Amino acid sequence: MPDGIGRPLLKVNNVYVSFGALQALLGVSLEINPGEIFAIIGPNGAGKTTLINVISGVYHPSPGEVFFEGKERTFMPPHHVASLGIARTFQNVALFKGMTTLDNLMVGRHLQMRSGLFSSGVYWGWGQKEEIAHRAVVEDVIDFLEIEAIRKIPAGMLPYGLQKRVELGRALAAEPKLLLLDEPMAGMNLEEKEDIARFILDANEERGTTICLIEHDMGVVMDISDRILVLDYGRKIAEGTPDEIRSNPEVIKAYLGAHGKK
Amino acid sequence: MFYRETGVLKTTYAKDMELFPIPLDKVGFGVAMVLAFLVIPLVSSHYMLVSIFIPFLVFSLAALGLNILTGYAGQLSLGHAGFMAVGAYATVVMYNRYDVPIPVALLGSGIITAAVGSVFGLPSLRIKGFYLAVSTLAAQLIIEWVITHVKWISGGVYSTIDIKALELLGWQIDTAAEKYYFALIFVVIMAFFAKNVVRSRIGRAWMSIRDMDVASEIIGISQFRYKMLAFAVSSFYAGVAGGLLVAFYYGSANIEEFHLLVSFQILGMVIIGGMGSVLGSFLGAAFIVLLPIFINLGISFVNHRIVDLSKVFTLDLMANTENMIFGALIIFFLAVEPFGLARLWNTIKDYLRLWPFPY
Amino acid sequence: MSETLLFALELTVSGLLVGLMYSLVALGFVLIYKASGVFNFAQGDMTFLAALALASFVVKIPLWISLIIVLAIMLILAMAIERIVLKPLVARPPLVLFMATIGVAFFLQGLAQGIWGTQPRGLELGVVDQTYEVAGMFISNMDILGAVVAGLLVILLVWFFQKTKTGRALRAVSDDHEAALAVGIPLRKAWGITWAIAGIVAIVAGALWGSRVGVQASLALLALKALPVLIIGGIDSIPGAIIGGLIIGAAENLAEGLIGPAVGGGIKNFFPYLLALIVLTVRPYGLFGREIIERV
Repeated sequence: MPDGIGRPLLKVNNVYVSFGALQALLGVSLEINPGEIFAIIGPNGAGKTTLINVISGVYHPSPGEVFFEGKERTFMPPHHVASLGIARTFQNVALFKGMTTLDNLMVGRHLQMRSGLFSSGVYWGWGQKEEIAHRAVVEDVIDFLEIEAIRKIPAGMLPYGLQKRVELGRALAAEPKLLLLDEPMAGMNLEEKEDIARFILDANEERGTTICLIEHDMGVVMDISDRILVLDYGRKIAEGTPDEIRSNPEVIKAYLGAHGKK
Repeated sequence: MFYRETGVLKTTYAKDMELFPIPLDKVGFGVAMVLAFLVIPLVSSHYMLVSIFIPFLVFSLAALGLNILTGYAGQLSLGHAGFMAVGAYATVVMYNRYDVPIPVALLGSGIITAAVGSVFGLPSLRIKGFYLAVSTLAAQLIIEWVITHVKWISGGVYSTIDIKALELLGWQIDTAAEKYYFALIFVVIMAFFAKNVVRSRIGRAWMSIRDMDVASEIIGISQFRYKMLAFAVSSFYAGVAGGLLVAFYYGSANIEEFHLLVSFQILGMVIIGGMGSVLGSFLGAAFIVLLPIFINLGISFVNHRIVDLSKVFTLDLMANTENMIFGALIIFFLAVEPFGLARLWNTIKDYLRLWPFPY
Repeated sequence: MSETLLFALELTVSGLLVGLMYSLVALGFVLIYKASGVFNFAQGDMTFLAALALASFVVKIPLWISLIIVLAIMLILAMAIERIVLKPLVARPPLVLFMATIGVAFFLQGLAQGIWGTQPRGLELGVVDQTYEVAGMFISNMDILGAVVAGLLVILLVWFFQKTKTGRALRAVSDDHEAALAVGIPLRKAWGITWAIAGIVAIVAGALWGSRVGVQASLALLALKALPVLIIGGIDSIPGAIIGGLIIGAAENLAEGLIGPAVGGGIKNFFPYLLALIVLTVRPYGLFGREIIERV
């Protein structure tokens, strides 16, 4: 095999990020393998979202390196990172509120589409053909997430749980190689969490999407993840399978232990 | 009941993505086109064509241009009258001095204006909101100065150049109806183009920048590229509108007609008509073009039928009602109906959809 | 001293004095922005309205009564704007609020001219204009009065915001609306007070400016020069507004005097904006403004 097998999809190497005096990440490294569900956990303020932001290019580390599919992309602006096949959702829903659900998902396919000003403006012919082809892909995602009924409703008018789901759909519509999910279940009830967990597992199994997620619900994380990385105060304190994490004394002390005392 | 959506079921994406997916909208659009192309030029007086319909068409185009920038891409411009001035003088210079055929001169002016607009849009990459508003205000003032001070463009301090008699391939465009048709064809084609752009890939990229720029960047939309494109397209429309204004309405390029206040008027059209709506640009332009006429009619009606206003109000007050009403309308629409007349229109359609059984 | 140098110095000094007027209008913008996050485009027209009202009262009644009446007008106006414009627009995007103040600007201009007429007026404050020669340059006592009044106003405002309870409450509101509400600061009252203070600033600016250049509609446009001042000084900085105004005043005067003749003049109108554009490319939040860090 020339390449690809045995090589990590994403490699983060010894990354440091600081905001003024605040050290958000201190020498974190990780590797995510193709096809796995990788979880990042840790107490509030541990640097989880910062790490996701480094991967998606919002923050650039100094020092530190990020590799995707073996190529360095440490200092790419976010829109270039997206073009490599990395999509993400946000901790606070970041939908385009004035646009319909359908349009939100169609924006997700921006990079897969090619129409320029003239083919869009003239529309008939190539522009229309492309719109229809991509509409079909988006409809698959709509179908997958069971959001057919809200297709033409502006995203800003949807309830929170559905907004989270549409945001997941927007990321899936891009058919990313790596999907970053920043607390996809925050603020949801049990039933909604089960739905999202099922979507994540299905996306991973049926669509073959590699997933990296941040989540606070330990039950869900332990259930669905292949490997888990634990952050505390910007440092990696453990990494391994759910079973290894459960029995890791460092983790119990720094993270689970804090909860255990109450 | 009359305006039916139920029962209209689409079986292909192509059908669902038509410009007018609902049959009655198609009929409505057809009626509007018949009115515009056949009825209006036949029944209107010279006065109606020249002082209402032609300015309405041209200002609709200008408002559409600003709407693309502000309503769709979310970038405010206070310099659109300046961009129109660029198009106006470019048209006159090309047509008068180089005998460029008028449609080519108009499109060429659009392209020149697009280039100028993009330059002033450059700061939009780093700045937003008020800061951007100020930099577009700078565009307005700098353009005014350049036009009045560069003799090659404007011919000196008075900065007024008459346009030569209009002629295209031997056809003399001199009657009001001919001028109206010429403007109408330009406006209809450009409106279709704009509608198609805003409802497909590029329009969605603009709206994503408007609604949440950070998320849009992370999806893979280059902020620089699409903001520049919005400025270019928007200025193109402004430039063509400026050229049309000079060629078919004023008959001469005069910098006084492209004052800062005109920028605000166009912004008013967009706000009142409806931000993020192509239809709204037309409704807003109609409203602002007709406003002074209605105010005058209203005042003279009250004067003759009810009470002599000059005994109640001063002349100054009556002369300034237009500014006050314009200002009040902007506040009213922003507060009460932020999507403007276009949304009111939709509300009426929603009402008709259920009429006469509103449940 | 060489001829050119003396000329440049004279241009600078007279520019600085004009710049102080810009600072005063800019101050009104900054106050409202800090307290309510609104970029008040109508500040120029508030200045015009105050100047026009003052000019038309002062010819009939004593100055101090006129000032009280104009003060009352500005307070009523502040309350009306708070109630009619700001209240329905709470929690809307800043762009919408900004456009609403453009509407306010048109309304106020129409109102002012509707009541007091469109004729340009002079404004006599009862100070006899005299010119003194200082170190070879001519300085008018009106300019000095303007400088003193502006200086006093700034000191007063700084004292108000730093030392009084109301001032601290307003600063809290400017930092975080919701947090201010949470600790029991009545937001709407705070906004009303801010707009009233901006109205007072408009009176001072209108009186000083009107007495220098007369009162006419172009005053409101002239007041737009405060916008580049804000870009240079930073939209949320009181000292920035003052220093920015001085920089703009001096720079435009120097440009007009030294470069103007070579290019046909009239560059005063846009030079401040050009300067602002240059500053923007170097420091997008002005020389003294706070950079906004966006979080995702």
